[in-house]
Amino acid sequence: MQGNIACAEGAIAAGCRFFGGYPITPSTEIAEHMAAKLPRIDGVFIQMEDELASMASIIGASWTGMRSMTATSGPGFSLMMENIGFAVMTETPCVVVNIQRGGPSTGQPTMGAQGDMMQCRFGSHGDYSVIALSPASVQEMYELTVKAFNLADEFRVPVFLMSDEIVGHMRERIDIPDQVPIIPRKPLQKGTLPFHPDADLVPGFPQFGEGYGVHVTGLTHDERGYPCATSPGLHENLVMRLVNKIESARDRIADYSITNPEAETVFVTYGPPARSVEQVVRDLGRDDIGHLRLRVVWPFPESALKLFASAKQFLVPEMNMGQVAREIERHVDQPVIPIPKLGGNLHSPDELKARLEVLH
Amino acid sequence: MRHEVRFSGFGGQGIILSAVILGRAAVMYDSLYAVQTQVYGPEARGGASMSAVIIDDEPILYPKVTSPDIFVIMSQEGFEKYGAQAPEDATMLLDSSLVHSRPQCRVIEIPATREAKEKLGREIVANIVMLGALVSATRVVTETAIEKAILDSVPKGTESLNLKAMKRGFELARVVE
Repeated sequence: MQGNIACAEGAIAAGCRFFGGYPITPSTEIAEHMAAKLPRIDGVFIQMEDELASMASIIGASWTGMRSMTATSGPGFSLMMENIGFAVMTETPCVVVNIQRGGPSTGQPTMGAQGDMMQCRFGSHGDYSVIALSPASVQEMYELTVKAFNLADEFRVPVFLMSDEIVGHMRERIDIPDQVPIIPRKPLQKGTLPFHPDADLVPGFPQFGEGYGVHVTGLTHDERGYPCATSPGLHENLVMRLVNKIESARDRIADYSITNPEAETVFVTYGPPARSVEQVVRDLGRDDIGHLRLRVVWPFPESALKLFASAKQFLVPEMNMGQVAREIERHVDQPVIPIPKLGGNLHSPDELKARLEVLH
Repeated sequence: MRHEVRFSGFGGQGIILSAVILGRAAVMYDSLYAVQTQVYGPEARGGASMSAVIIDDEPILYPKVTSPDIFVIMSQEGFEKYGAQAPEDATMLLDSSLVHSRPQCRVIEIPATREAKEKLGREIVANIVMLGALVSATRVVTETAIEKAILDSVPKGTESLNLKAMKRGFELARVVE
């Protein structure tokens, strides 16, 4: 099965019944598959006029209680930024799939890249936190799409599936489970104000059509949902809660695997470069090369870095100029060596082996 | 045992479909692992097209082809771009009705396009003739597996034509051997 199709199938299995999108290479197969499948299972597929509207449509659908999704690539992702901020501020669960290609601008439509990792974290204005997942295989395209929907509903936040052309267009073996875990949205308790958070900092969801008259606004709002944009304390509390509901759950959201934790030289990867590093570790048969492979990139699981107690250096191969390497630098005292790669190809195992030679 | 198979020809010949069918045969019917990738350019018909399949009995880590050992070449431009550098220990199946160059490595000449046009009446099944020849000559997947994968992948109503093309491929490769 192709990666993009696995993503669409994962979405359907997770209960996604609304897709609003504007097709763009290399993500188009997701829209095509959703267009073919959703109408047959009481779902809705709408090809919107652009990506601004696509993002708006999935926010609206989400407030009716549907699990909703869009899929795009760099140029469309840029256009979605404004409404991504709206989804963050209104705490609207939704899933945004970005099959990354080379940028800036229209760049390399048919080549892979990981150049939007910082954009998904910081691309909309204001301070906020989101969740971003990064698959390295067709299997993970399926599994992490399911996970994205569960995290979106649990934390009431847009969740990003940050894939790329390589995994999106690759076909490989996939094992599809009979059933996937579904963690539904927490409903709003009767008598509770619609934006009053529970202890986990996440408010229950007052779904449209179930008797709630809820005001949903991008303006700074009180727990009733009414705009109140001039109170410094209210704004600070709201933004801090939007950030802390994600950051305080960082270790719970974290999803990674660890190889050779005693190693002094440690690779940190997410997405396709993970497979290049796994190949290197297998080929060389060495237990002194560590590997931290992230499936969740944001919120960044900094505690995972500390598990490599003997680490002397961290090597970070990314298909960009070193976006997540910078994040790692913030958390460790050891040298962090970015291994950037532009142009659309994945780091080859030989390239990484040569890099190791130079270091030793 | 890892095999890396590279297909090349011109857009419209079914180069990518050939790779998809081979990968499907390996995974669905021979219980192997496979990864299929392609050069995914804007060219639709006419330009050089390339796709690749890695087949292995253990999980495939690095997903891209690094040193192909089997080549299926169906156009002169495809040969020049993706076949001319084939290492000496590789095996190349080439469509001898379309490719005039010959590589240094072991070569199996299959006049697939001519056979498809003259013997089967439809040039479009030339890729399936090549696929049959490939399986017969290299055994990267079983004949049963490729037959099932072809049946899964071709349009309804064309099954018997495609199976005839596959069997013609089996025969041609045996004759050459």
